[in-house]
Amino acid sequence: MVEEEKLKGWKDVPIGGKILEAGNSRKYKTGDWRTFRPVHKPELCTNCMICWMVCPDSCIKVGKVDDPNKGKKGVSNNPKLGNFGGFDLDFCKGCGICAEECPFKAIEMREEKEFKEE
Amino acid sequence: MVNIRELALDGERLVSGHRLCPGCGLSIIARAVMRGTKDPIIVSNATGCLEVSTTIYPFTAWDVPWIHNAFENAAATISGAESAYNVLKKKGKITKNIKFLAFGGDGGTYDIGLQSLSGALERGHTFVYVCVDNEGYMNTGIQRSSSTPMGAWTNTSAVGKAHQGKEQYKKDLTAVVAGHHIPYVAQASPHNYMDLVRKAEKAFNTKGPAFINVLSPCVPGWKYPAQLTIKMAKLAVDTCFWPLYEIENGVWTLNYNPGPNKKPITEWLKTQGRFRHLMKPENAHIVEAIQKNIDERWEELKKWCGKN
Repeated sequence: MVEEEKLKGWKDVPIGGKILEAGNSRKYKTGDWRTFRPVHKPELCTNCMICWMVCPDSCIKVGKVDDPNKGKKGVSNNPKLGNFGGFDLDFCKGCGICAEECPFKAIEMREEKEFKEE
Repeated sequence: MVNIRELALDGERLVSGHRLCPGCGLSIIARAVMRGTKDPIIVSNATGCLEVSTTIYPFTAWDVPWIHNAFENAAATISGAESAYNVLKKKGKITKNIKFLAFGGDGGTYDIGLQSLSGALERGHTFVYVCVDNEGYMNTGIQRSSSTPMGAWTNTSAVGKAHQGKEQYKKDLTAVVAGHHIPYVAQASPHNYMDLVRKAEKAFNTKGPAFINVLSPCVPGWKYPAQLTIKMAKLAVDTCFWPLYEIENGVWTLNYNPGPNKKPITEWLKTQGRFRHLMKPENAHIVEAIQKNIDERWEELKKWCGKN
């Protein structure tokens, strides 16, 4: 799903068709590919960040200490350490690697239709 | 060496919104490798899944300067960029420390780009070449490459009455590159993330060429459920199909030795649809041949690493 953007004319396209804006794929949301949605269980999470490490789509947000999504156990106040900060559902393709690799079973994959009302 | 939670605060160099398949190993590897340095990087990319699906016009998922030239010359392209940088630095027009990185798939490294890689290694440019090996031309619809393992089904190594998948063994590219006697060569896997980041860090800090060969499980090509990507890489290492080792200035080091826990190769084969035909009783001799080849190569590697 792309955010609405007008097609460029030939005069506006840089020579060689180069893309001058680095990392602009953030405008292209891949979240609608998803069939299963990851659901976080904060009571089991230890903030080990293994989910972040294995996510192919960089969809595990890195939370600040006061993030409401953070897990309870293992939350570090050390500014040098990242905490679990929730899922980026705009881009999550629902592959389920995070749920499979979580050593504490703190992520569950649930079918997307359960969340239809939201 | 830092831990995962410290790395997590560094930000991404390959951002979300790329269109790789769900569960793809390539982006896990690319993100891990680029965490090996904090300096600015220039990336050259051979044609392949990683190139095609991260840069569909008018979008790019790379937050670093990125060049795609042709299928066969990722290494030649990056060596040109590195030479230009050296000249500009000598003239004082650049003062920054910039690292050079090339990504190639197994098609762009094992087969098509081998001559340009070999040339760049021989000329001794300071760059890191990372081969993301998914064992076939997955981007064009699963054709065999010289990296496809024996017995595997692909669209060009069919399974039927006359043939039972690919009939040749996989090329040992890491050893081929080690034959160039460059300062750093390593083989890694995404399941051992910190090992991969450590190897990338070493490679970036090497003066001269460095090469890392990483196994990248492929969901549609290997035919397994998407959530098992990391498990697949782990099984390949545990069965000694993909040993983890590094060669630093001619010294071979084995990074992981499963020892008595070495699993039989069938453990890895039976989880993948591309090897399904090998599970039939009439194909048991192929599995035996694969196991024998892996055992021989594992013993050979242990000898090279000085572990008998």
